[in-house]
Amino acid sequence: MGASPYGPKADAGPPGLTAKLLGFCEELREEGVAVGTSEILDAFAALEQVPWTSQDDFREALAATIAKSQEDRRLFELLFERWFFRATEAEAVERGIGEGEQRQEGGERLDIDELREQIRQAIVEGNDGEMRDLARLAIAAFGRQGEGSGVVGVDVQRIRRTLGLSTGAQQSSEDGAAELPPLDREDLSRFERHLRRELERNLIERTETLPPSRPLAELDRALPTSPTQDLAAVHRAVSQMKRRLATLGHEQRGRRKGRAVDVRRTMRASLETGGVPMHLRYRPKRPRRPEIYVLCDVSTSVTSASVFFLSVLHALHDSFRKLRSFVFIERISEVTEIFEHERDFREIAKRVSSEGGVADVSGYTDYGRVWLEFLTEISDDLDPRSTVIVLGDARTNGREPHAEVFAQVAERAGRLFWLNPEPKLYWNYGDSVMAAYERYCDGAFECWTTRHLENFVNVVAGGTPRD
Amino acid sequence: MSDASTPASVAETKQALAAASYLADESAALVSFLAQRLGKPVLVEGPAGVGKTELAKALSRASGRELVRLQCYEGLDEAKALYEWNYRKQLLRIQAGGESGWEEVHDDIFDKEFLLERPLMQAIASPEPVVLLIDEIDKTDQEFEAMLLELLSDFQITIPELGQISATTMPIVVLTSNDSRELTEALKRRCLYLWLDYPGVEREMEIVHLHAPDLPETLARRLVEVIQMVRALDLKKPPSIAESIDWARTLLLMGAEDIDRETFEQSMSIIVKHRTDIDLVAERVGVKLSSPTQTAG
Repeated sequence: MGASPYGPKADAGPPGLTAKLLGFCEELREEGVAVGTSEILDAFAALEQVPWTSQDDFREALAATIAKSQEDRRLFELLFERWFFRATEAEAVERGIGEGEQRQEGGERLDIDELREQIRQAIVEGNDGEMRDLARLAIAAFGRQGEGSGVVGVDVQRIRRTLGLSTGAQQSSEDGAAELPPLDREDLSRFERHLRRELERNLIERTETLPPSRPLAELDRALPTSPTQDLAAVHRAVSQMKRRLATLGHEQRGRRKGRAVDVRRTMRASLETGGVPMHLRYRPKRPRRPEIYVLCDVSTSVTSASVFFLSVLHALHDSFRKLRSFVFIERISEVTEIFEHERDFREIAKRVSSEGGVADVSGYTDYGRVWLEFLTEISDDLDPRSTVIVLGDARTNGREPHAEVFAQVAERAGRLFWLNPEPKLYWNYGDSVMAAYERYCDGAFECWTTRHLENFVNVVAGGTPRD
Repeated sequence: MSDASTPASVAETKQALAAASYLADESAALVSFLAQRLGKPVLVEGPAGVGKTELAKALSRASGRELVRLQCYEGLDEAKALYEWNYRKQLLRIQAGGESGWEEVHDDIFDKEFLLERPLMQAIASPEPVVLLIDEIDKTDQEFEAMLLELLSDFQITIPELGQISATTMPIVVLTSNDSRELTEALKRRCLYLWLDYPGVEREMEIVHLHAPDLPETLARRLVEVIQMVRALDLKKPPSIAESIDWARTLLLMGAEDIDRETFEQSMSIIVKHRTDIDLVAERVGVKLSSPTQTAG
């Protein structure tokens, strides 16, 4: 073959299962699954216990020890398929094992119509083995017609069209004959996966090279963030913030007032004095959890940032129990419950927009009104140990900013921070009234990336808020 | 490490669980098998009512071990989960032994005799191997999770006055979580992970059949299909497996021969337990069922 247009000849890598598994774990790590050394050791221990000939047991044993959440499990499935498929093919190329002409054999016996029926049947029944065999036949039959483009993605679509498989939506009765029932999208995509896999196998066999391995596309991973933001990073920054906030500002707590005697510990201490309670023991003062109020602007002017803000909220809810969150545009609305009952981020985003009830008649933020409403609704709950965090751009659309009301909120709350999704350069230009609010904040920060968020955490922890 | 009761293969574990009336799917059987062979705790996650707790109970029945259960809740602390000194008894001991010296009493009152064993301690100290179920771990604080780490990785507990207490027998540890909050990496690292989901039609039919053997095959299928239809709706609380079993038994009691609209409306409250859910289910599923006039004839 010599120099192939597809790159260097396939490299099977170092031999042996150990190397393959380590390579697999390495790939998982690159996709963001936290695989520790202890997990790898567990995986090896687990594999010793299951028969290695059973693919299901093998995969489940690996998954149970390596993928420790549903999200991880999903990535695991995607990568497992790909990694071991590639490993097998690489090995086959290296040893020169091919199926040669054998795979054509079945294709000649069948004509397209018959094949179409069988494939339909297999798809409806969801029989994987059958589907794989039929996919190979379809490829062979298709190949004889000489329409193969050599590009896997294109071929999959062409074969699918030739076979007249569709989910029913665009089912046009062009020849008026077959009024075929539509197929389930899930089932059909499973068949397509088989097609793709077999086509790839053919291509590898022909060219004796493996296509370069690429990181999973963002779409495959379907992480609920915009491409530039990484939800995991937000979570990391927030959990850091949690530790910092929890240890800050405790000196403001009340003194000796209301200490409770701990009877059990007093009695226990009295053992030293022969059962006479000489020294009173008090219940330890538990460090109070900080109470956090987060107000998040979801108006159109911050659209680009609101996904990020919502993910910050999402992460905060994971870390803090006493957290109340609000979204606002023209008016304010509490969304704590949505976050508490819903774990899936996409679902949250949907529900916040549908049930948030922020009454955006005009779609323009009215900060002044928001402060008034927040103060009347919440002011009784605010006390010196509560922290208020505002996420917003402070663009009032020319309406009254009511900075004096904001000052009252700031006065009642222990600390007040403002995170602004705009670069500092733009603050106070146009209708931004950041300056009016900024002087009441314990800190105001520009924040539109996780890096900014980390910076915010650091400043908060350093205890040097700008006044 | 492996004692006589450890199963030899995944299939054997599955059989043993089935004999304890728990139909495990492939992954559940495999993870239970690994847990026993490797002596590692299992973290089971999944929606409410898919049989997470039941898995632990079944493991205890299948292996003939006693089940020690720790139900977690917010504010659970060491004194309630691990151990506590029985100070009343300690006081009595001091007052009873009037003339014995201080040293003697001191050594004496911090003896195991004065220790109140809470579930975790009980599981560790038990002479017989047990199954330890730590239920709904996600309800506790992260601090409590940290406390569990020593127990989960080394099966030992450190008591300042006594020193380390290590497990003499290896307990099977099952932790369950409803996924209401993310658990710490450290905890997950020490566990095998199992995600349980609602079963498919066939498996749920087997489960219903196992628990309500008198229910005719056709009715059972109908029941499971309806249940799956209800689960597909966006409900506050989708019906659990336990509720399908309850419903099956109810239908038996009612002597129903088919699930028509009337039977469904009468017995719906068994599977749906929320005001708004009931309305939704009646509206979406109820109408799909045939009206009684057609079937009763």
